Amino acid sequence: MMLSGQITRGIPVTNDSRLSEPSQVDDHAERGVVVAGLNIFYGDFLAVADVDMHIQSKSITALIGPSGCGKSTFLRSLNRMHEVIDGARVEGSVRLDGVDLYGSEVDPVAVRRRVGMVFQRPNPFPTMSIYDNVVAGIRLNSGKLRRAETNEIVERSLRGANLWEEVKDRLDQPGSGLSGGQQQRLCIARATAVEPDVLLMDEPCSALDPISTLAIEQLMLELKQNFTIVIVTHNMQQAARVSDRTGFFNIAGTGKPGRLIEIDETKRIFSNPAQQATQDYVTGRFG
Amino acid sequence: MFSGLSRAAGINILIILAGVAAFLIVEGRTGIFGDTEEMSGSDNFLQYVGPLVFGTVYAASLALLIAAPLGVAVALYISHYAPRRLAQTLGYLVDLLAAIPSVVFGIWGVTVVAPILSGNLYPSLNENLDFLPFFSGTISTSGRSMLTAGVVLAVMILPIITAISRESFMQTPRLHEEASLALGATKWEMIRQAVLPYGRSGVISGCMLGLGRALGETMAVAIILSPSDGYFWSVLTNQNSNTIASNIALKFPEAYGLDVNRLIATGLVLFGITFLVNAFARRIANAGFSGADG
Ligand SMILES: Nc1ncnc2c1ncn2[C@@H]1O[C@H](COP(=O)(O)OP(=O)(O)OP(=O)(O)O)[C@@H](O)[C@H]1O
Ligand SMILES: [Mg+2]
Repeated sequence: MMLSGQITRGIPVTNDSRLSEPSQVDDHAERGVVVAGLNIFYGDFLAVADVDMHIQSKSITALIGPSGCGKSTFLRSLNRMHEVIDGARVEGSVRLDGVDLYGSEVDPVAVRRRVGMVFQRPNPFPTMSIYDNVVAGIRLNSGKLRRAETNEIVERSLRGANLWEEVKDRLDQPGSGLSGGQQQRLCIARATAVEPDVLLMDEPCSALDPISTLAIEQLMLELKQNFTIVIVTHNMQQAARVSDRTGFFNIAGTGKPGRLIEIDETKRIFSNPAQQATQDYVTGRFG
Repeated sequence: MFSGLSRAAGINILIILAGVAAFLIVEGRTGIFGDTEEMSGSDNFLQYVGPLVFGTVYAASLALLIAAPLGVAVALYISHYAPRRLAQTLGYLVDLLAAIPSVVFGIWGVTVVAPILSGNLYPSLNENLDFLPFFSGTISTSGRSMLTAGVVLAVMILPIITAISRESFMQTPRLHEEASLALGATKWEMIRQAVLPYGRSGVISGCMLGLGRALGETMAVAIILSPSDGYFWSVLTNQNSNTIASNIALKFPEAYGLDVNRLIATGLVLFGITFLVNAFARRIANAGFSGADG
């Protein structure tokens, strides 16, 4: 599609051998997100230490772990949202399809166009209509679009978010007038409208009722056809229901950095994990 | 206890307000309808107050036109761009502007602003844009013109516009800013998408408070303008309509008889204008989404 082509071009691929590596090496292994030796800081405080992780393309990866272990921090480092906080920085690398997102030539704005995000609390723009919310990202990315084109994008994104039928007659009304679950699906439509490669979701259902939660889980399973999804959740059943792989983060104590204990097939993590700490956590024998 | 106290205060305010209004109306009536034979100048009240209303609104609008964009820009710089220390210092300095007495602004306007502007800006405006009525005519050599008054008034209302805009910009929920950034917005795009819509009602209230102050400002205008009677569009010349407040300040000391009533009546008109501005501001601030309420 023309659109995704434009977005992909946002990340400059230079002649730097580091960036063109994947074409020479095993192409398959570099697909998806590859995190290597990632340390994440808030000022001097090391919040997450030494994460290596391979997130496969077009799959759902769930991140679980106790509060404060750095799941959100890690997730936000994947689209460079981490650095919008004063003094926040990272060491190490995050590669998306072979391109180092933290490379010196890479613009964080371009990264965020390829790696979208859905937040814990639904956050549609309150001054914008439903329609304008959906195309908010598109309008940033690609100057003037014809009405017919945006109409099509709005319908496709809202259908993709299973929201079309509910809102098609009131697209011009404010997004803040929807229910919480609808707002969250609107946010998903907004994030997917720009056709990112990766969709990050930080506890997207924690502010929602069970029915809306189910709707969003259903939606994630559909979205994974087109997007690589990483979801942080405190809901163990949810991780087990939707994800292909699950990563467990833990923290040794306050002031200590969070670490990735293990990441494996979801089935394995919940039945027979390699680490005792994981076993204790998923069976609720934690602490 | 406290509620009783605040109710008493509220009633007091109402009584004072009613008293002032009654005074304006009773004393002003004879100024409006009284025998013009006994007054100096114009044949009727409308003829007298017209140019003053024009001057008042013109000077205040000029001030707002200059101060609003500047105030919003400074507010944005303080709330979203400047490093914290610098932001605090700047905010403090802008607030300090508000503490300068208006007489001082007037003197500053005549001795500093007027010569600078009439030395550089005015001639070039006059040469290049004199097809516009605003910039035509013979430039005032002293620089004591409508535009100088507008500039000085703009500096005077800058603090209030900046302070209120800055407050509302800073209250933009982090959630909305991050929503925008996560879509791949640059900082400026994020400000347009999340911060400005949220701060809209704050900016409007700031501007209207500023406009209110500019409408009623007396000393600075009285010092800067040497007024003439009539309507003058050009902002660069020696001929300028006076403002209501400044006119009262200039004429009151020597006025007697019905002239006093007429001046009071112009005060009533000024009160009416300010009241309208406030009502209008409330209307726009409430129309559509107001970030601060939501
Ligand atoms: N803006 C910040 N500034 C400084 N430290 C922070 C900031 N945000 C988070 N932290 C710290 O980083 C660590 C990890 O926090 P994070 O929010 O990533 O945890 P989490 O696993 O997402 O927790 P939860 O499950 O409660 O959401 C915590 O020690 C937290 O105090
Ligand atoms: Mg979190």
